[in-house]
Amino acid sequence: MRIGVFQFPASNNFDDWMLGLPRDYGQQFSVTVQKIWHQEAELPLCDAYILPGGFSYGDYLRAGAIASRSPLLLKLKVAADAGVPILGVCNGFQVLTESKMLPGALLPNADGEFLCFYTELIPDKSRFLLAPKTLSVPIAHGMGRYFCDQAVLENLKNNQQILLRYKQNPNGSTEDIAGIANKQGNVWGMMPHPERASARSIGGSSDGQWVLKEFLSMAKQRVINP
Amino acid sequence: MTSTKTPVNMPQKLPALACLIDESALDTLLPKHKIAKDEYGILREVMGRAPTISELGVFSAMWSEHCSYKSSRVHLGRLPTQAQQVVVGPGENAGVVHIDGDYCVAFKMESHNHPSYLEPYHGAATGVGGIMRDVFCMGARPIANFNCLRFGEKTHPKTKNLLEKVVDGIGDYGNCVGVPTVGGNLSFHKSYNGNCLVNAMTVGAIHKDRIFKGFASGVGNYVIYVGSATGRDGIHGATMASESFADSADDKTKKSENKTTIQVGDPFMENILLEATLEILDRNLVIGLQDMGAAGLTSSAVEMAGRAGNGLYLDFTRVPIRTKTPLTAYELLLSESQERMLMVCTPEKWPELEKLIQKWELAYDIIGSVTDTARMQVVFDGALEVDIPVGPLTDAAPKYERPMAASPTYVAQNAQISFGKLNWQKELEEVLKAKPCHADVYHRYDQHIGLRTIFGPEHQGAAVVWPQSDWTKNKDVGVVISAACEEDLTAENASLGTEHAVLKAARMVYAAGGRPLAITDCMNFGNPEDPQIMRQFSDSVDGMTIACKELDAPVIGGNVSLYNETGSTSIHPTPMIGMVGKIEDVHRAIPAALLGRYKKNTEKSISVYWLGPDEWDHSWVGSIFARVKGIKTNDLAAVDYGYETTAGAAIHSWNEKTPLFACRDVASSGALATILKMVACSQKVAVHLNTPKEIDSHTFWLARNQGYIAFASELAEALPPGIKALSLGEVSFTGTSELRLDGQALNMLNLHNAWKGGLR
Repeated sequence: MRIGVFQFPASNNFDDWMLGLPRDYGQQFSVTVQKIWHQEAELPLCDAYILPGGFSYGDYLRAGAIASRSPLLLKLKVAADAGVPILGVCNGFQVLTESKMLPGALLPNADGEFLCFYTELIPDKSRFLLAPKTLSVPIAHGMGRYFCDQAVLENLKNNQQILLRYKQNPNGSTEDIAGIANKQGNVWGMMPHPERASARSIGGSSDGQWVLKEFLSMAKQRVINP
Repeated sequence: MTSTKTPVNMPQKLPALACLIDESALDTLLPKHKIAKDEYGILREVMGRAPTISELGVFSAMWSEHCSYKSSRVHLGRLPTQAQQVVVGPGENAGVVHIDGDYCVAFKMESHNHPSYLEPYHGAATGVGGIMRDVFCMGARPIANFNCLRFGEKTHPKTKNLLEKVVDGIGDYGNCVGVPTVGGNLSFHKSYNGNCLVNAMTVGAIHKDRIFKGFASGVGNYVIYVGSATGRDGIHGATMASESFADSADDKTKKSENKTTIQVGDPFMENILLEATLEILDRNLVIGLQDMGAAGLTSSAVEMAGRAGNGLYLDFTRVPIRTKTPLTAYELLLSESQERMLMVCTPEKWPELEKLIQKWELAYDIIGSVTDTARMQVVFDGALEVDIPVGPLTDAAPKYERPMAASPTYVAQNAQISFGKLNWQKELEEVLKAKPCHADVYHRYDQHIGLRTIFGPEHQGAAVVWPQSDWTKNKDVGVVISAACEEDLTAENASLGTEHAVLKAARMVYAAGGRPLAITDCMNFGNPEDPQIMRQFSDSVDGMTIACKELDAPVIGGNVSLYNETGSTSIHPTPMIGMVGKIEDVHRAIPAALLGRYKKNTEKSISVYWLGPDEWDHSWVGSIFARVKGIKTNDLAAVDYGYETTAGAAIHSWNEKTPLFACRDVASSGALATILKMVACSQKVAVHLNTPKEIDSHTFWLARNQGYIAFASELAEALPPGIKALSLGEVSFTGTSELRLDGQALNMLNLHNAWKGGLR
């Protein structure tokens, strides 16, 4: 499976995905990674795409705002509509909401501080069937407060689009939301970093695997049954 | 994109020299440039004439304490710098030490004290930016940041704001560049009321055959400016960092005068410059490359030309600027605008280099060429602004053997203190409050980016970073990083206190399962013109020399920050030690605290041991409890290096046989608070402890001692001679929260809260 990883200027989590995906999931999912530089004219054909965390364009205007308006993102939207799995983590999630590929917005944390620590996440049972009740996964963000209006929230709930909730809300997110999917279910965005909790020796938790394995399985399904 | 840049060739005939300074105005000009009268005499000899104002600026920067180390150089030569593992020693942008296979790390710690006191947010941020550039301009990718902070008393009106802004500055910068902050230390002491310390350290990964040094060689080669455009920020930063602050009474006026000497950072630009620089070095596109750090364009040009024995011809009309009103040559020379690099490349490589710079959308221009004149020549606005011989500029830099007070004789005296009946609950809460949990600080730093952080700051001990590089032979090898300085000890005795600082850093490395390789030192002291301070400095160098030799961990780079003085109050001597060590298998690294998410796998109860020298020893100097109680003693213990290295080895062999759940040196908190910190992340823990027989319980639990606390399922069968282990009790994760000491129950929740809330 080929996974394309986007690189905007200051997408500083880019290397993490290039290192982590093959290291932690290479064998099980025969993953190869491909770098997608933001100025490329065409979107390389991949089985799934990752929008990594970071500070694309230095968070100029708003986090993710400039990246979401790059020409390549329009092409990514077409791919999303065609059902290609797309995962945005942290700044990647911000890019997805800014580009309206996911509903809602990400605002500065309630207390205004950057926050980096392990959080306990409650995964959506209907989606993550095998996962334990809570997952220990770190966050690292200054603008991670998920916000949406009541109508959007109702839709998210009714369509089971809420992927992950915080057990203890760290940033003031609406309904403790840590991650969501689009209505189709193929575009995922989340503030916690599952890629940082994929090998137990690093930081003591590999709970991020439950999230990433599910995402990669979705991509694999599509490869088998296009 | 196509090129619009043209080469800068030195003309046959140079333009006329700019106006020379009016030497009748020296009385105002020299103090403004912090050049002493006799130093001006040397300048006159080097130049053979009066300087232009720009030249005076160049001398002022290059001969400042900050750039020339004029007070400290005579002492620094005594430090040990050689060992088998040392690849690059002091004198370069950063030192390099060998880890495994072709994999090395470059590292250095640097101070940004003066700017951080005046403008804490930008001062701290640009301190982090500067040290990262020192590391990556050698071709090393930064993999870990560390920071060591000292502030005045928590009750001092300035402390809260300084702490908040400094931490924000460090966090915002490091987080955006994308380098994890994996540890550091922080303490409060009244000697820092008028001068905070911000010492930042960066560790970068580098291939042993690709270590880059900045040379301006090859006559006719291009000199390229890359990065942010130049503004007026940071002018005279280097000279400002080389003087004391006036009394706090006129703090405000000092502040407004000094504001323009503070640099403003842009971490987004730093990230791009980092990626661009590493790509440039990787593709071998340049001959020379140097960060424009302290003294900006001046020092980077002089250093690169000096190393190659060449001259530089620079046309300053080419320098990209960001100000509305044009800068003068003087300002361009001395601006310390951030995120800028000076590069030298051959005309053949230039097209490829230019394409790469354009790809990263960085500002750039060809600003000069390498010459065979051995002079630094700067033209601007049709005048020759600078024409200085490069060699003499650096070689003739003043070097002082400043007078020193007599070395104090220190006779340690055993102190037996009796406390009668202690209220353990109250005393422990005070100790935990005085040395509080730093979670509120480090959660503002991204600790995990890079996927290499085995142990970060929340583990409370040495950081452990996993390279996962193709360059290592051993795929499990790890880099261990620690930093330490206990200012209570160095104030008591600068020499012995510095030995303890190196040791404390080493013990943290040992406790994590690693062994020390080398150190970087950041020497923070008061006014060197005071003979007492100069004595402290010299003694501290001697103490460091002993410890580094004994531990075979030489000094491979560092920085000296003097004039940390306000009014007539100097800081405590603070020789901050940053240590890099190595661990053979990161998967067997030992944390200094047992975090909640690890405990899922350790449901059984765990035994608590004290591991230390056969002859139980302690001191009250440096113990937090003594500080809180205002107890003064002079019982700082001499160091037994034989014990220290044996204890390090004993921890390793113990961990080989029965993996340790956690291990930590006792240090200033005392044994009991140390154990509490090792479990206090969880309130759901039961701790049952008993004082070892024949040892006074107050002394054992509260004094500073040379031992370690280890959590293990069982004791290793045989310990080497000279080391013993005492069983202290058990911790268990049964869901109830309690602490029992010799049968007496204490309130664990209140202790936990005292520790967690102590920073607020």
